[in-house]
Amino acid sequence: MMHYYLHLLLPFKQELLLLMAIFILLLLQIFGKKLQQEWTMQWVNLLLLITVLAGFWQVGYSTDVNAMFQLSPLNAFEKSVLAFATYLISLQAYNWLLHHEQIMEFYVLLFSSLLGMFCMISATNLLFFYVGLELSTIPLAILANFHLQKKQSSEAAFKFIVAASFASALLLLGISFLYGSAGSIGFTEIAAHLIVNPFSILAFVLFFTGLAFKISIVPFHLWTADVYQGSPVTVTAFLSVVSKASVLFVSLNFLFSVFHSLEPVWHTMVLILLLLTIVTGNLFALRQQNFKRFMAFSSITQIGFILIALLGQNIAGSAAVVYFMVVYVFSNLCVFGVIALVAATTGKEKIEDFKGFYQTNPFLAWVLLLGLFSLAGIPPTAGFFGKFFLLLSGAQSNYFGWITFAALNLVVSLYYYLRVVVVIFHRESAAVIAPIQIPKPVQFSFFICMAGVIITGVGSWIYTYIYSLAATAF
Amino acid sequence: MNEGLIVTFLLCLPLSAFVVIRLFTGRRWQIFSGYLSTLVLALTTFFAFIMAWQYFFVYGKMDGAYALFVPIDMNWLVFTNDLSINFSIIIDSISVMMLLVVSFISLMVHVFSLAYMKGEQRYGYYFAYLSLFTFAMLGLVLSGNLFELFMFWELVGISSYLLIGFYYTKPSAVAAAKKAFLVTRFADFGFLIGILMLGGVANNFDIVQMIRSIAQQQALWEGAGTSFLGMSVLTWACLLLFMGAAGKSAMFPLHIWLPDAMEGPTPVSALIHAATMVVAGVYLIARFFPVFQMDATVLYVIAIVGAGTALFAAIIACTQADIKRVLAFSTISQIGYMMLALGVDDSLNGLHEGYTAAMFHLFTHAFFKSLLFLGAGAIIHTVHTNDMHEMGGLRKQMPVTHISFLIACLAISGIPPFSGFFSKEAILSAAYSNHKWLYAIGVVTAAITAFYMFRLYFSIFWNKPLSPVFIKKEGSWLIRIPLIILAVLVLITGFIPFGNFISANGKPLPLEVHFGFSVIPVSLSVLGIFYAAVLYYQQNNLPALLEKSFGWFYITIRQKFYIDEVYLFITHKIVFNVIGNTTAWIDKNIVDGLVNWSAGITYQFSVLIKKVQSGKIQQYVLYFLLGVLCLLAVVLYNN
Repeated sequence: MMHYYLHLLLPFKQELLLLMAIFILLLLQIFGKKLQQEWTMQWVNLLLLITVLAGFWQVGYSTDVNAMFQLSPLNAFEKSVLAFATYLISLQAYNWLLHHEQIMEFYVLLFSSLLGMFCMISATNLLFFYVGLELSTIPLAILANFHLQKKQSSEAAFKFIVAASFASALLLLGISFLYGSAGSIGFTEIAAHLIVNPFSILAFVLFFTGLAFKISIVPFHLWTADVYQGSPVTVTAFLSVVSKASVLFVSLNFLFSVFHSLEPVWHTMVLILLLLTIVTGNLFALRQQNFKRFMAFSSITQIGFILIALLGQNIAGSAAVVYFMVVYVFSNLCVFGVIALVAATTGKEKIEDFKGFYQTNPFLAWVLLLGLFSLAGIPPTAGFFGKFFLLLSGAQSNYFGWITFAALNLVVSLYYYLRVVVVIFHRESAAVIAPIQIPKPVQFSFFICMAGVIITGVGSWIYTYIYSLAATAF
Repeated sequence: MNEGLIVTFLLCLPLSAFVVIRLFTGRRWQIFSGYLSTLVLALTTFFAFIMAWQYFFVYGKMDGAYALFVPIDMNWLVFTNDLSINFSIIIDSISVMMLLVVSFISLMVHVFSLAYMKGEQRYGYYFAYLSLFTFAMLGLVLSGNLFELFMFWELVGISSYLLIGFYYTKPSAVAAAKKAFLVTRFADFGFLIGILMLGGVANNFDIVQMIRSIAQQQALWEGAGTSFLGMSVLTWACLLLFMGAAGKSAMFPLHIWLPDAMEGPTPVSALIHAATMVVAGVYLIARFFPVFQMDATVLYVIAIVGAGTALFAAIIACTQADIKRVLAFSTISQIGYMMLALGVDDSLNGLHEGYTAAMFHLFTHAFFKSLLFLGAGAIIHTVHTNDMHEMGGLRKQMPVTHISFLIACLAISGIPPFSGFFSKEAILSAAYSNHKWLYAIGVVTAAITAFYMFRLYFSIFWNKPLSPVFIKKEGSWLIRIPLIILAVLVLITGFIPFGNFISANGKPLPLEVHFGFSVIPVSLSVLGIFYAAVLYYQQNNLPALLEKSFGWFYITIRQKFYIDEVYLFITHKIVFNVIGNTTAWIDKNIVDGLVNWSAGITYQFSVLIKKVQSGKIQQYVLYFLLGVLCLLAVVLYNN
């Protein structure tokens, strides 16, 4: 009997682990146990690591639960990627959280958001999907407000929640229209019954813009820079890496299987959005002074490049996207980790403040350099391989014009990433950031990220593994 | 010995030198890094010689033609079930020839650098980067897969930027590295698209199989259905590959990075920016020659770009005062010759003279140009200036440098019996049998080359009596030995029956030197030398008079035809100003304007909320909704 129940719970193992963590944190909070910050971080991080590993345990098959929840090997891997990214972010937040009074609340909210993303990824029903989406969004708004003394932080949270609820409203409208159009909210039924007509197109566009908001596709991106700038760096990193990755993973499932019948429609849409996103992201990134704002526009451009792969065939396309997201996690966290550390110790967030950074903090400068090079797609960093596979899956569908356009924009993006690199290696005598003591966990996370940026590219087995997972999904 | 094993050694040795130096030699032990990497490179060169010997004289020939071998072929990245990227090694006549050139020149440069870089603060870094470069370059020439080749291509580029910016405390060096980076990256993106096109359509990245499958599908490629802007996919792909090649090989108009790259240490210029990396573009086209051959248009474009660049760079070289810059422009000009030779390869008549000539010139050029650069390095090491006007009369003080420099100058000017003569003759004869006007450009360029090289030679070693400032003697034997070895090689390499070893189809192709044909180019070159002697043998006011009489024309040339300024104008004035200002304007007037406007309304609404949210959020939501509506309109209209 016991064994039977365990077997029943097995598909939910990653969600259950997170839930457990949330409950423990809440109980500790209720019973007034004030744990030391350092200790809390340690066991929470350990739990996150277990969640990552759980994604690789007993996932050789797909399980369906009540047409609501599905665990496939690809899903499990995607969840592990998200959990791993959260783990790295949590490690990098060390300096900031060490003296933060609300560390328990921080982790409760972070885990709730992650749990929401897990539900979203595994959902096979629009209702459950929507619950997951909201669960992932609302805690994020509170997290954005976690610089409790800073007005900017509250402003960011306010903007985020208003914009997000607007997007949710449109998404809900889309869901109800989809129900009207396909007669069901189950994914398999929608895939089977949806046909191309103006009504279903309307429903799909509304639904898709709700997702596009979350991954800041232009013109639904306007909240991004303000929220990134106002939030604590840790939360910005979470927003730009984990939150985006989760919605992209979901979009793969939606575009390639649920809305497969609408492919001509979403191809046009993706083409338009891709053009807008890459150009806008690039142009605005050129003139940013604040590092976090800069990263906001850089991440918008990166998402634009990802859209190219969506034009490819389903297996290669989704493998390319998932692979790129893995690379993106490592490279973005290299950069955000350094920004977070500098912001936590000196409070400096402008690109100009990093003048002469190499002189005083050579190790951090190398981390930053590697991350930026990977984002710019310079071989042999993993970023290059990621971009190459994105473009290659576009090339398989013969979108050469778009690929040329993307490649030209890669040159532009190169220019502004290089601008930052030049600032870092600039020789400056005045007002250089003093040498920063790197705490052990942060250092550890940097080593992981750097290793990731190099190994993910050259180590072929990672892509091969992701491809084999993607092949089982379709 | 098994060739796969040798290749593994060849690649692993410099790489391990790089790793060991970077990881284990700190400031204190860095003096050993030079000896370590030189020793490792000597071993590498030894293996390269064994390899070349075995290939050319033991097993390479099959049925009277040199064949292509693939000793290593490993699965590396699997993209889809039917498209994977392998790590493979190609051994054929050109890769083995390049192997020899790269490892040997690199060895010479290593030995030279031991003395030249002595006492440098970042001595260890320098040798680490040199080893990295050698590894990447060897990998590039041995790559059997286009994607793998691209990886090494970029790695070569990275080590080149690192070495250009080696004196990173000098702002000009950093700027030069940045420029080289941006220009070559721009070209590389073209290259990348070309790779994607070829790979996407041929459904393969393996060079041998790609060439085969493209040859089979030639009709399909040129079909009307696949054309874009009036050109077939094949033409586009070839042009894009050529764009990548032109970026690396500094062809007009992507040449602007190479003169600035002279900011790096001089031995590096000899290795990377003269003998090996910059000819990678020529090598790339030679590697894909069966594909380029199918498209006469592309070949013609290559020939014109090559000839034009050769002439253009030679003219600029006549006006430069910095001795390294003169050599840089001469490199651009000589690579132009190689491209010209590839472009005039007359495949219709079955005579691949151009191909062999290009490879021959690549080979001889590697020796005499690295000799020139190392000579320039020795001079700079002694007199501590790059300006030829400050030099003069150095012949007695630096006899070894003087003689070897003279030999190299004669070789590059195409005077028999020095090596440059033979390869240049081959190029000119290939051009003559194909396009007469390109031949004319080639001959004129040869004469100009002779003029500016001897302008350089006379200004350094003769011109005026030795300035009393320069009391330092010629450098140590470590500096002189590489010069002597290279000078000897420049004397003898011309007599190698090159066509017997390297030709487009592997079969021997005799390159003959006809006395009647050689008269015109050689006598024009001698004329060039004569003019140089008249103007620069002794100090006189003739050069100044000439400069004055040419007036603005001279200044235009000295300013390198203002190409850099054109680029600056396009990028800064047009691209950044127009685009940057537009976005700034939109940001300021539309976004902020609306913000201010809505902020005003909010003010009447509530003072309290305005403070926190500044009114922007409604605007964002409005844009959001507009976006949805527009998207909907487009999508509905389209379906």
